[in-house]
Amino acid sequence: MGVALPLVEVPMAACATASPFDAPQVANPKIAIRRLDFFYGSFQALSQIDLDVAEREVTAFIGPSGCGKSTLLRTLNRMYSLYPGQRASGEIRMNGANILDNATDLNLLRAKVGMVFQKPTPFPMSIYENIAFGVRLYDRLSTRAMDERVEWALTKAAMWNEVKDTLAQSGMALSGGQQQRLCIARAIAVRPEVLLLDEPTSALDPISTARIEELIFELKADYTIAIVTHNMQQAARVSDRTAYMYLGRLVEFGNTDQVFLAPVRKETEDYITGRFG
Amino acid sequence: MQWNGAASGRYRRRLALSRFNLRMSLVTMALGMLFLFWILATLFANGIAAFSPALLTQMTPPPGSAGGLRNAIAGSALIVGTATLVSTPIGILAGIYLAEYGRDGWLARATRFVNDMLLSAPSIILGLFVYTVYVLQVGHFSGWAGSFALALIAIPVVVRTTENTLRLVPGTLREAAVALGAPMWKVIVKVTLKAARDGVITGVLLAVARMAGETAPLLFTALNNQFWSTDMNGPMANLPIVIFQFAMSPFDDWRTLAWAGALLITLAVLALNIVARAVFRQRAMR
Repeated sequence: MGVALPLVEVPMAACATASPFDAPQVANPKIAIRRLDFFYGSFQALSQIDLDVAEREVTAFIGPSGCGKSTLLRTLNRMYSLYPGQRASGEIRMNGANILDNATDLNLLRAKVGMVFQKPTPFPMSIYENIAFGVRLYDRLSTRAMDERVEWALTKAAMWNEVKDTLAQSGMALSGGQQQRLCIARAIAVRPEVLLLDEPTSALDPISTARIEELIFELKADYTIAIVTHNMQQAARVSDRTAYMYLGRLVEFGNTDQVFLAPVRKETEDYITGRFG
Repeated sequence: MQWNGAASGRYRRRLALSRFNLRMSLVTMALGMLFLFWILATLFANGIAAFSPALLTQMTPPPGSAGGLRNAIAGSALIVGTATLVSTPIGILAGIYLAEYGRDGWLARATRFVNDMLLSAPSIILGLFVYTVYVLQVGHFSGWAGSFALALIAIPVVVRTTENTLRLVPGTLREAAVALGAPMWKVIVKVTLKAARDGVITGVLLAVARMAGETAPLLFTALNNQFWSTDMNGPMANLPIVIFQFAMSPFDDWRTLAWAGALLITLAVLALNIVARAVFRQRAMR
């Protein structure tokens, strides 16, 4: 967290003995991914991913386009199951169960694992209804309790003061940054345990980006967060652990400080110093 | 412009081509609008003469006496209304299946193919079909049979437009709703269909407009009725058939009534479009 680039030179000897996977021993992982393979039809997009996502921490996924980081994120809420032809094998343990099992109730899983997408996706309804939509799926709240929940979620997403007088307006009329914060509010309103953020700031201006990064930092007190980002400074700023992926493989995974300051693998170092990717 | 001298021949050619294309599209637009307004103007010029309270209060007259189109207006409203009530849910549900569930499966592809065939089938064939399977079986013409035939015309229109507009809804919106843990049907009803609402309504309106003017299928099904009747189980007067019959007649007052009927259908379809759009625009504002 708060690691500044450019990188400090670290003598390679210091990490010569480290293997890429012995650094992050997550004691009590919220999500444990083991031997995960993923296929789009016959194309293998992920192979043999082993990775732990720690509870109430931010785990960042970095890597060049097409490396599989978004694909990995989309296995964590089984989003890929929407599409025939996409399948995953291996194991993803969350709360003691393998979510890749056919028996998994996808709707309940997705209620526990919220997701925010690259492009803001407000629903074609009012700001209030945008938030209430997800809450109503699983809770029957009185009008008063729903009002409170909406206020709570919008406050968490740092936009209550901006929209409290215009809750009846369409969510589509907000600016891009506000729309994205609305989407975050919508995701946390259902009180998930995990939040998946798929390049949440790549379509936003720097100010909105900064606000959302602050938000991520605050949210990790309550949520386990996994974020995919193309912006390495962002990964360095917001995350506790960083995974570098390339061509569908996990190249390096460790504490963010270590990955950015003293990457064990040469490929990681090349990528984060901008020599490649 | 001082840069004109510097313009290369290539650039000037491109500019000329652009101007040419712009003019051509203006001309073709004007051509289309010309016929549209010509039709409207002719309808008004010839039909306005018969526009009087009697048009709405009196029945279709025998030749030579005064009358109106009351029975035909009511018949058309009943037949088209019933057909709309039947075809809208069927068409929308089928469109949802094609866009959201069936997608590229064999059942969806077969349905789409058959639907496209129905869409382009001559309406007289649909009329004959209903005549054979319904009118001949029950032994008499009826408003129900007319609605049945018109619904067969409307369903493929609604199916197609519903599917097309649903497919235009970005997949990310669908994923966003799914990501909150919403079951598929709720995603469709509350999010996707809402986002596609304008297109779906346009489809239904198109279908209504198409039905309102269809004559051939009604010839074999609802037939006609000189008298006031709201009995859907018997022959029923309706505007297109009355227009057809009166326009072909040698009697001037009948022909004037036919013009008035034609104008009435046009205005009704136009009003329906405007009202529906105004209502839904207002609702979208809120």
